[in-house]
Amino acid sequence: MIAGSQGFAGYLRRDLLLAYRRRGEVASPLIFFVLVSTLIPLGISPDSARLAELAPGIIWVMALLATLLSTETLFASDYQDGSLEQLLISPQLLALSVLGKIVAHWLVTGLPLTMVSPLIGVMLSLPAEGLLPLMASLALGTACLSLIGAVGAALTVSLRKGGLLLSVLVIPLYMPVIIFGSAAVQAAVDGLNWLGPLAVLGAMLSAAVALCPLAIAGALRLVSNN
Amino acid sequence: MSTPPLITVEQLAFERDDCNVFKPASFNVEAGDIVQLEGANGAGKTTLMRLMTSALQPTSGALLYKGRPINDCRYEYLDSILYIGHQSGVKMTLSAEENLRWMSPASVSSAEITQALDAVGLRGFADMPCYSLSAGQHRRVALARLHTSKAAVWYLDEPFTSIDKQGALALQQQLEIHVQQGGAVVLTTHQNLPLDGLRKYIVESHTDLGVQP
Repeated sequence: MIAGSQGFAGYLRRDLLLAYRRRGEVASPLIFFVLVSTLIPLGISPDSARLAELAPGIIWVMALLATLLSTETLFASDYQDGSLEQLLISPQLLALSVLGKIVAHWLVTGLPLTMVSPLIGVMLSLPAEGLLPLMASLALGTACLSLIGAVGAALTVSLRKGGLLLSVLVIPLYMPVIIFGSAAVQAAVDGLNWLGPLAVLGAMLSAAVALCPLAIAGALRLVSNN
Repeated sequence: MSTPPLITVEQLAFERDDCNVFKPASFNVEAGDIVQLEGANGAGKTTLMRLMTSALQPTSGALLYKGRPINDCRYEYLDSILYIGHQSGVKMTLSAEENLRWMSPASVSSAEITQALDAVGLRGFADMPCYSLSAGQHRRVALARLHTSKAAVWYLDEPFTSIDKQGALALQQQLEIHVQQGGAVVLTTHQNLPLDGLRKYIVESHTDLGVQP
């Protein structure tokens, strides 16, 4: 049951329900993440020493691509069926409603990726001391990716084939996230203090939570104004 | 001092590619009015309506609500309007009841939701996902909002599309009741509506302004 009160909680609940109704589609980034990971040892080398060296970076790149894959659809169906227009003229704070949608998006993409990542880590021979930092950095990092990606999705929502443009727009913004995310895991594997890079990710997430919803609200108003 | 009209449209214009979409529009909407926006296909009826809902920002001109500029009372205004566009915002994977619940104010009880769905002829379809309903039934799901909404001003873009004769009659009656209760309706349709208090505003497209052949 959906509550009629829209706003943050309303959009969060509605988008989770919508995701539940389209389970197969929503699970595709996760399936992509798991399937590609099984190919890595085949493509590179089953040698665990070599895999362990590459694992932090590879897992992070795949998580990033999986998130990007799901970002394009964030506002697309709302745009097509007119819900987005209703959102723009609802007497609620647009940025908060948008944040509700993004939290729902993270719960169905970033969170599952984070949960399966230790499994992928083990498959790629990531040393055990890297598993907790991997999960922590992915939890913070994928939330950043969802927020940043949503800005791109909002800007490209009215384009029929916006996928490529979306990638070009957001990948430069994803760079700091992947640098510090994989650095945290690498530091842990090397026996260094990994809380430093993680703290930077946390700072990026705080900034993104504060700024991205405002940017998205502006982008949606801009895009609908034609 | 006379009270200002509910909604005042003052020289409202919207440019697309540096051209006005329609001739700048000026008219008032008072409580009790049904205003029909009329014009050829592509004349800009939907654009004018979206400007009036404040979904679009006008290039020039002003929109006043009870005599105040819309930007000074935006949330108050948005709280008092209801807009059903071509794309009505009905989610295909949700049921009719879930859709209506979502689009209705939080204070609406589930009994009222059921009543509203009965009133638009969707009794027995409430729990079916909307992708299994027909085009006319989708429109009826959207129009059920008129039964649950507390909004004073209704903006209806082609509300009669894919609605059958009985549905259209029921909708006309509902519009009349709404304006008798002090509401106002702005709608676009190509039908001639036999409604009391109906006023027409002709939307003249930009191309009509040019040189006559």
